[in-house]
Amino acid sequence: MFAYILRRVLYAIPILIGVNLITFALFFMVNSPDDMARMQLGVKRVTPEAIQQWKAERGYDKPLFLNETSAGVAQITDTIFYSKSLTLFAGEFGRSEDGREIGREIRERMGPSLAIAIPTFLVGLGLTVSLSLFLVLFRGTWLDRTGVVLCVGLMSISSLFFIIGGQFIFARMLQLVPISGYESNPLVAWHFLILPVTVAVVAGIGSSTRWYRTLFLEEIGKDYVRTARAKGLSDTAVLFRHVLRNGLIPILTGVVVVIPTLFMGSLLIESFFGIPGLGSYTIDAIAAQDFAVVRAMVFLGSGLYLLGLILTDLSYTLVDPRIRLK
Amino acid sequence: MVFLSISACCRCLCLFLGAALLLTGCGNEWNDPYPAAERGANRLYSAFSERPKHLDPAISYSNSEIGFIAQIYEPPLQYHYLKRPYELIPSTLDGMPQIRLYDKAGRLLPETASGDQVERSVYRLKLRPDVRYQPHPAFSLNEDGSARYMNLDASQSRALQTPSGPMALAEPGSRLLTAHDYVYQIKRLAHPSVQSPIYGMMSEHILGLKSLSALIKSALDSAPGAWVDLDTMPLPGAVAIDDQTLEITLEDKYPQFIYWLAMNFFAPVPREVDQFYSQPALRNGNVQLDTWPVGTGPFMMVYNNPNARIELSRNPNFHDERYPCQGQPEDIAAGLLTSCDARLPLIDSIVFSREKESLPYWNKFLQGYYDESGISSDSFDQAVRVNINGDVNVSPAMSAQGIQLQTSVRTSVYYMGFNMLDPVVGGRTPEEQRRAKLLRQALSIVLDQEEFISIFLNGRGQPGMGPLPPGIFGHLDGEAGINPVVYKWKDGAPQRRSLAEAKALLAKAGWPDGRDAKTGSPLVLNLDTTSGGLGDKSTMDWMSRQLNQVGVQLVIRSTDFNRFQEKLRKGSAQLYFLGWNADYPDPENFFFLFYGPEGKVAHGGENTANYSNPEFDRLFRIMKNQPNGPSRQAVIDQMLNLVREDAPWIYSFYPKSYVLRQGWLQNFKLNNVASNTIKYQRIDAASRAQLRAEWNDPLRWPFLIMLGGLVLLLWPALNAYRVRSGLDAFGKQVRKR
Repeated sequence: MFAYILRRVLYAIPILIGVNLITFALFFMVNSPDDMARMQLGVKRVTPEAIQQWKAERGYDKPLFLNETSAGVAQITDTIFYSKSLTLFAGEFGRSEDGREIGREIRERMGPSLAIAIPTFLVGLGLTVSLSLFLVLFRGTWLDRTGVVLCVGLMSISSLFFIIGGQFIFARMLQLVPISGYESNPLVAWHFLILPVTVAVVAGIGSSTRWYRTLFLEEIGKDYVRTARAKGLSDTAVLFRHVLRNGLIPILTGVVVVIPTLFMGSLLIESFFGIPGLGSYTIDAIAAQDFAVVRAMVFLGSGLYLLGLILTDLSYTLVDPRIRLK
Repeated sequence: MVFLSISACCRCLCLFLGAALLLTGCGNEWNDPYPAAERGANRLYSAFSERPKHLDPAISYSNSEIGFIAQIYEPPLQYHYLKRPYELIPSTLDGMPQIRLYDKAGRLLPETASGDQVERSVYRLKLRPDVRYQPHPAFSLNEDGSARYMNLDASQSRALQTPSGPMALAEPGSRLLTAHDYVYQIKRLAHPSVQSPIYGMMSEHILGLKSLSALIKSALDSAPGAWVDLDTMPLPGAVAIDDQTLEITLEDKYPQFIYWLAMNFFAPVPREVDQFYSQPALRNGNVQLDTWPVGTGPFMMVYNNPNARIELSRNPNFHDERYPCQGQPEDIAAGLLTSCDARLPLIDSIVFSREKESLPYWNKFLQGYYDESGISSDSFDQAVRVNINGDVNVSPAMSAQGIQLQTSVRTSVYYMGFNMLDPVVGGRTPEEQRRAKLLRQALSIVLDQEEFISIFLNGRGQPGMGPLPPGIFGHLDGEAGINPVVYKWKDGAPQRRSLAEAKALLAKAGWPDGRDAKTGSPLVLNLDTTSGGLGDKSTMDWMSRQLNQVGVQLVIRSTDFNRFQEKLRKGSAQLYFLGWNADYPDPENFFFLFYGPEGKVAHGGENTANYSNPEFDRLFRIMKNQPNGPSRQAVIDQMLNLVREDAPWIYSFYPKSYVLRQGWLQNFKLNNVASNTIKYQRIDAASRAQLRAEWNDPLRWPFLIMLGGLVLLLWPALNAYRVRSGLDAFGKQVRKR
């Protein structure tokens, strides 16, 4: 297994370089270093000298990929791509264009993001698996049909609607919770988190429940389930002991892979509920054309996603004894 | 839960409902986003949407940043809070600056001397003796007089990387403001690492600023990353005569300089503060002057989490400044003079919470958790009622809440610019230029700004008559102030000229019915815009339809901000939409947008239309050096005639600010030029606490009904499950229910 993990980690390196390269190319296709300088310095009374000075101070006065004025290795290393993107592999996120340390920002913002993402993930997973098993238990009845229609309905509604609707009903109309805000003290934080977590869970119920229901229905039609029923097991015993366990393998594919990316936060939820997490950090950076933050967040996101894929492979061995990683 | 026994489920539900009922027994204001300990405090609650990029007074140039630092820093001058037109008054000075003009021979000239005669302008500023800095560790001294916190190591620096920042350090110090601090800040404008946006412009005026910049640069080159002691570098243009007297020397006559003395760029920065923040441990930890301002103003920053909350509290060392006792006649009726002679500031602290989206901000304002708010287009109908006379007021529901509306025409202008370098709308040969002028005049008539303001701005604007908005010297109301190219005066009001007149102009321009008189090909114009979202489509469609009335086809070229700016720089745009917000209330700050040497393409200036008219440039040079008065008005009238006749812009509108404030926020008067206005505002904290409690009593019963509904939904399911689990494979009941 160790060899397998090592191989997967080595595979990840060219993938990450590729992601970096694409991010870099896309970013600089749209924004030139001059544009970035103008964005930071403002549009009023900005002189070409100030732009040049800004670029020189941040190393954006170099060529993008190849420095023909340098000699030897410096032709590659004395470029924006090398100095800004490849240093990420050494764990150096560097500073944002307005001078703030990105690593520190990520550490500070990870907490608020996880405060939303973990309860959403756990409650959401528990609820959707329960609901899908419930629908499977009553398959073919009016309960099942009503449930599926509701799921399709929930899937069809934009998450923005749930956010605005949730804020309006529970915070504005019923006045049960604050509309937005955040407090790092956990004793107070729940007060701010209960609504965004509820909204995020409800927004995700429809699609997950339908998917899990389909998986469980596929399992329930198999021979081993009929055998279990034939030997006199109750519906609940069949569902929990046999169907759920066998249905977990495809569920794991979708679930484990997202666990590491929970750190990345939610763009919309954080924005509307005033949660100072990594999702809103990324959005702010894109709006401010802050390449340093964008590349760091893309790198972190892709790294975590690759980690999630490795964890998914490992989790297969835990739930299915037939699978061996070599 | 459905897989538990029914009795277990019932127990769970009962517990849940019990907990919910218990919760409903708690106190009021469950939705209060602020700590309960703050209730009743004399605090102002406001919001910000973008995290401030710069809080260094030498750099900040956007309104969102100045909103913070204007409460902390004090430039030498400020604007009178109540008087209109805007009037400059001393802030940290004992009186207004004395200005002396000298010729080449060093002879004193009268104030009325023309710009050509003046070789030097000297501004002498006398400081008040009682102005002290806020408490800050940079001023903290050891017993031997050395700086206490000058050699912080990395671990100490880490301790400061919290929202309390350097304010967490014990026993902060303070000292009196001196003229040397102003000199130091003026020198910082030239520091290449500071990158002040006004350096380029100021280096043309302040004596020796350019050579100082070169000197600092060479010092930086010889010791990269080291702190440069600006006190050791001479700047003949800014000299402290003594601790209380500052002299600034300009290389020309620049009367508008006095307005700059009311802006943050000229706020004092003490040398020890700059040195304190230059410590590598702090610099690496992002504890800098750009994030932690230090000033003499009424407030000081005590909490800085730009992602969530920024808090300013009363500066205990703030000098004796009093609420004004004079204002406009209407200010007495508005209750704006009731705090006459009260010591400022009138509130203890300000809490700025970050609200990235307008909807949560608006809803929290309605709940009383913000003291003032703007009005987004989405909320306009809910907030404002316009009667048949055109008078605006808050809606009855808001009026019942005590919310009040204030409106004011901003010192800004929005316009559609024509690129005068373009052969069609600008013209290259004299004949092309003649035709292009008529075309621009025709289009100025065709685009119905009144309709635009009504449809897209909910009436929040005033049709543009020229580049000067109301409140700026030179702007005239009534018949004298209309743009005769676009309007005529009829029945005591301006009336837009007819489409027939526009068509006639278009025909004269060689485009009858929007087609080339020679070739018959249609006139197609390109509008470059950064708009492109769904919400902007209707605006663009409207513009296309307007031009279509005279047969002109409009092509919308949506582009991102960078490409748009690039097109303006290169002169490849044809039509574009822009706005200008005044730096200071002087016509020079608007007319320079047409000044030839400010041409965007040729000189990289702010004249985006690349308009060039020698006569206009001549008049501009006269006007900018004149004091306000009849002779300046006469020159301005000539200049206005030129830019109206030449029509390099379609003067779209002057935007109106609509601001709502809660009834408990007193002494609130909109000010389009100054940002240091919070010190004048007053909060009735007791009334706010009481009304918040009344408005935010949680509504419990619908929530309980929802919970009950859930139970009702579950009940038949549980029942069905119980029945089903008692059946055998053939559907026969085998277990007792």
